[in-house]
Parts: sequence; C-alpha cells; structure tokens
Amino acid sequence: MSGVLVVMEQRAGVLNRMSLEALAAGQQLAAKVGGGCVAAVVSEAGGLKVAGVEKVYSVEHALLKDYTSDGYVDALEQLVKKVQPSYVLFPHTYQVRDFAPALATRFMQVLISDATAIHDGPVFVRQLLQGKLNADYKQTGDGPCFVSVQAGSFRADAEAGADAAVEVFTPELNAGMIRNKPGEPFRESAQTVDLSAAPVIVSVGRGIGEESNISIVEELATALGAEMAASRPICDNGWLPMERQVGSSGQTVSPKLYLAVGISGAIQHLVGMKGSKAVIAINKDENAPIFEVADYGVVGDLFEIVPALTKAVLAAKS
Amino acid sequence: MKILVAIKQVPERDAQIRVAADGKWIDEDDLSYTINEPDAYALEEALQLKEKNGGEVVVVCAGPERVTSTLREALAKGADRAIHIEADDLGERDTLGIAQMLADAMKGEAADLILTGLQSDDLGLGQTGVVLAELLGIPHATIIMQVEKTDSGLRVKRELEDGWFQHVEMPLPALLTIQSGGNKLRYATLMGIKKAKTKETATVTASAAGAKAVSLEKVYLPEKQKKTEMLTGTPAEIATQLVEKLKFEVRVL
Repeated sequence: MSGVLVVMEQRAGVLNRMSLEALAAGQQLAAKVGGGCVAAVVSEAGGLKVAGVEKVYSVEHALLKDYTSDGYVDALEQLVKKVQPSYVLFPHTYQVRDFAPALATRFMQVLISDATAIHDGPVFVRQLLQGKLNADYKQTGDGPCFVSVQAGSFRADAEAGADAAVEVFTPELNAGMIRNKPGEPFRESAQTVDLSAAPVIVSVGRGIGEESNISIVEELATALGAEMAASRPICDNGWLPMERQVGSSGQTVSPKLYLAVGISGAIQHLVGMKGSKAVIAINKDENAPIFEVADYGVVGDLFEIVPALTKAVLAAKS
Repeated sequence: MKILVAIKQVPERDAQIRVAADGKWIDEDDLSYTINEPDAYALEEALQLKEKNGGEVVVVCAGPERVTSTLREALAKGADRAIHIEADDLGERDTLGIAQMLADAMKGEAADLILTGLQSDDLGLGQTGVVLAELLGIPHATIIMQVEKTDSGLRVKRELEDGWFQHVEMPLPALLTIQSGGNKLRYATLMGIKKAKTKETATVTASAAGAKAVSLEKVYLPEKQKKTEMLTGTPAEIATQLVEKLKFEVRVL
C-alpha cells in the first residue's frame, strides 16, 4: 500500500472544478507521504485527459452510465483493491457524499469528509459546529485512508504538464446488485435569477428572525442597486425563493461586494460566496465564522445598523 | 410502514462554544442541547409518511442521560416509541462505531424504512446514515427532499448541486438521509406532551467502544482567512464608516 489515488468526477466528458482541486490536494499529499499520485475517473467510455499524475484509470462499465451508489461502491472497491493506495481522495460533492462513506465502510475505514487543509503527519483539517471551530483528524486504522476535500480549499493548478497515460479498468458488475433506479436530473423551474453575474449582492440569513423583517434588508439592497440573496434557512422557510439561495445547494457567486446580514457563515454558505472581492458582515455574534472571510465586520444589532446604513447610502447617492 | 428515525442531540446553534481544557472537544458544562436540525426534518418526514400510509414511528438516539429530553420531545411531536442507546463515550467512537451501535439497536426492529438527517450540526461528517445502510445491507439515498410510497417501494426526490434534482426509485427496506426544508416542522402540542408521558422509551446498553479508524486529535478556533477590519460606534457612525468603505475601498457607490 502506497501513494495517493484521486477519484475525479466528470459530467459529459468534462472534469468539474472540484475534481481538479481534489487532484491538487492529492499532489500536495503525495509530496508529503511519497508513493506518487494517480487518478481515476468513472465513465461510460474513457478518453478523458488528466495531467500532472502518473497514470489515470478510466473506470468503465455500461452499468456506470447513470450514477448509483451501488455501482460506484462496487467498482471503486475493486479499483482500490487493485491499486492499493495509502490514501484515496475525492472532491466533497453531493455524489461523493452519497457513496464514499459506504466505500470506506467496505474497508472498515471512515471517510474524513470535507477537509479544508492537509498538514504534515498527515493531519487533515475539517470544520466543526458550522465553522465555529477547526479540528485536526488523523487516520488510526490500517486500511487505506479516505478523504474528501472541500470546494475552494485547494487551488487547481492551471499548468499541469503533460497528459497522463490512461489505463482502462473494467470492474466486474452485474445489474442485479444495483438496487436504486435513478431518474434523469431536472431543474424545478428555469432559473430566472443569475446571481453569478451580479456585481453587488445583499444577502440575508437566520439573524433576520421573521419574514416581515426581510423588508429592511430589501430596502438596503434597493438603495445599493444590489441583488437580494439568502442563506438556506431563509429559502427553506419560503421567505425568499430558492433561486436566491447562495451556497453549496444554491448558487456560487463572486460579486464586487457581498454584504451579509445576519448570516453566521456555515461552511455550506461560505463555499458559495468566498470568491467575493469584498465581504461586509453584520452579525450579533462576534464569533460567527462569517467574520473569518469578511473584509469589514460589524458586531451589533442588524435592526439598528441596516436602516442606518440604508439612510446613509441614500444620502451619499443624492 | 414501520419507520425508524435516528436522531442526534447537538449543542444549540447559538450556544457560546469554548474549547475544553484538554483541547480535544468543547466544554460541555452549561451548554444547552437540542435535536440536530436535519434530524428534526427526518422526524417530520416520518410522521407525515405515517399519517399518509399508517404504521409506526420509532425514534432512536445514542448518548448520555441528557439525550432522553430530545427523545421525549420527539415522542411529544408524535413518535410512537423511543430507543435510548445509553453511551457516555460517543467521543471515543468514530462514525463506524456510532453506526455500528445504531445498527445493533435497529436490527431486531425489522423496519421498512430508516430516516436520519443528512448531517449533524456539530461534527458535520454527513455519513452516519450511509454507513448505517451499508452495515445493515440495505439501499440508501442521500439529501432527500420528498418521499413517496409506491407499490414496489419508494420514489424519492434527491437534491443535486446547483438547483438540480433527481427522482430515484428504490425497494424497501431502505435508508434515506433527509435534507432540511422539505417540510414544515411541527411543534409539540400540549396534548402531545401529555401523551408522550405514557409512551415507551426502551434503554439499551451500547457495547464497548472498539478501535477507531480515524481520531479527532485537537479542536481550536480557526485562523482568520482575511484581516477583518471591525467597525464600531453608534449605528449612525458605523453606517458613515461603511459608506466611506463602499465609496473608496469597495467602489460600488
């Protein structure tokens, strides 16, 4: 057992950004632990190009055309047994969350999920309590160590070098052991709001307390000529439409200004907005993780500060 | 349909968190606890499925004595009975150890469906459900928004990234991890609270913790990724400073 295997994700023949970040994490880890870095891509039919690794396993089978946990777990269990890596890395996508814990269980190991950094040891850092604390995790089992990495935590390398040699790996699968029947992915309604293009976003979270209070934030957004956005709980409650949600289950944004009102900054939200050029956060809790990514922070009562800010913005514009 | 709901008790969301003296976990003195929010949605889904299709809802929670308050609340909301897996050493067990404890307590129940939240608000590993399904040898689906009983099993609506969804058909017995926001949560009624007192809570003792595959070595406050300039003063003074920043630093005014 040695080296690092990075399991990457593709859609329609294109590797997603998070997979490239996971590959960067894999290269970083391989530099620490030695043994080299190889990649694997599950697909119906290969031909994907991956650079910066020694080898790419194209895991191919007709039964892997549509994603199922059963198919992926069985196929990757066979691959891990063949490659015998010390570490198996994944991007922390919704798909990985669905199958990787079961894959680790096949080896009686536990996935270290959503890691944000890798230190010497190796020690894997992940966040606890909605980002309020960090924690160092270590593998203590003797099987391969399974780790998924958080979006945006590792920089995907643009110049990766030459394309790696591809080796086709055909797992033994039979249709009988795939228990779930997945349907075609769909969208609820055509997305009418594209927040990714908005230069200024005012975003509201749990701290607003009640639906009727949202108007004070909307007034600020109007004064700034900004798009309104929200963290998940606001959309869950139906106070703003789902299409205005920023975060891992909503949109990813990178405006010039992201003004977060009453948002504590849970990881799932931060991954959707940490690319913003400037972040202003208003929150009553000085320990709220949103302040870790904010350029300007205000600890205080949003019900006093937001109306005062709206007034000052309107005055400045007139 | 017999439904088991695995719930976890976690610190309240706005609890003041302090790192414990040994640096390995948080200081639990004076913390107030509540049901893990995604698990509250799992319970709600179970109660609604029972209302539509009949059957029984059993809540299961592992932890020290204090978790019985969370179980009682679930009973007050409408669960039929509760199983308390008594264990004071959750910190000594990893996900596999916790899932094994739940699997041991659930095996004899022969449930049609097991529900749990997609992740916990404290550890946030998001895998107990999937590992539990693997240990029990039943199919699973994660991040579920809707559940529908069909003739052959279930039809569930799974959330994917970026506003995409997918329906999945699956046989029973099965395990689902439930996403927040699919339903509106109910409150316990006075009648419910009264009734809960007559409902059964079985206590089972957890087997001794085994070796861990991963260990949490240390917890600590995160380092700031950015240098945050904190603005202070009266609301009007703060607003003036913010407008300055918007004009001259951020340049959006």
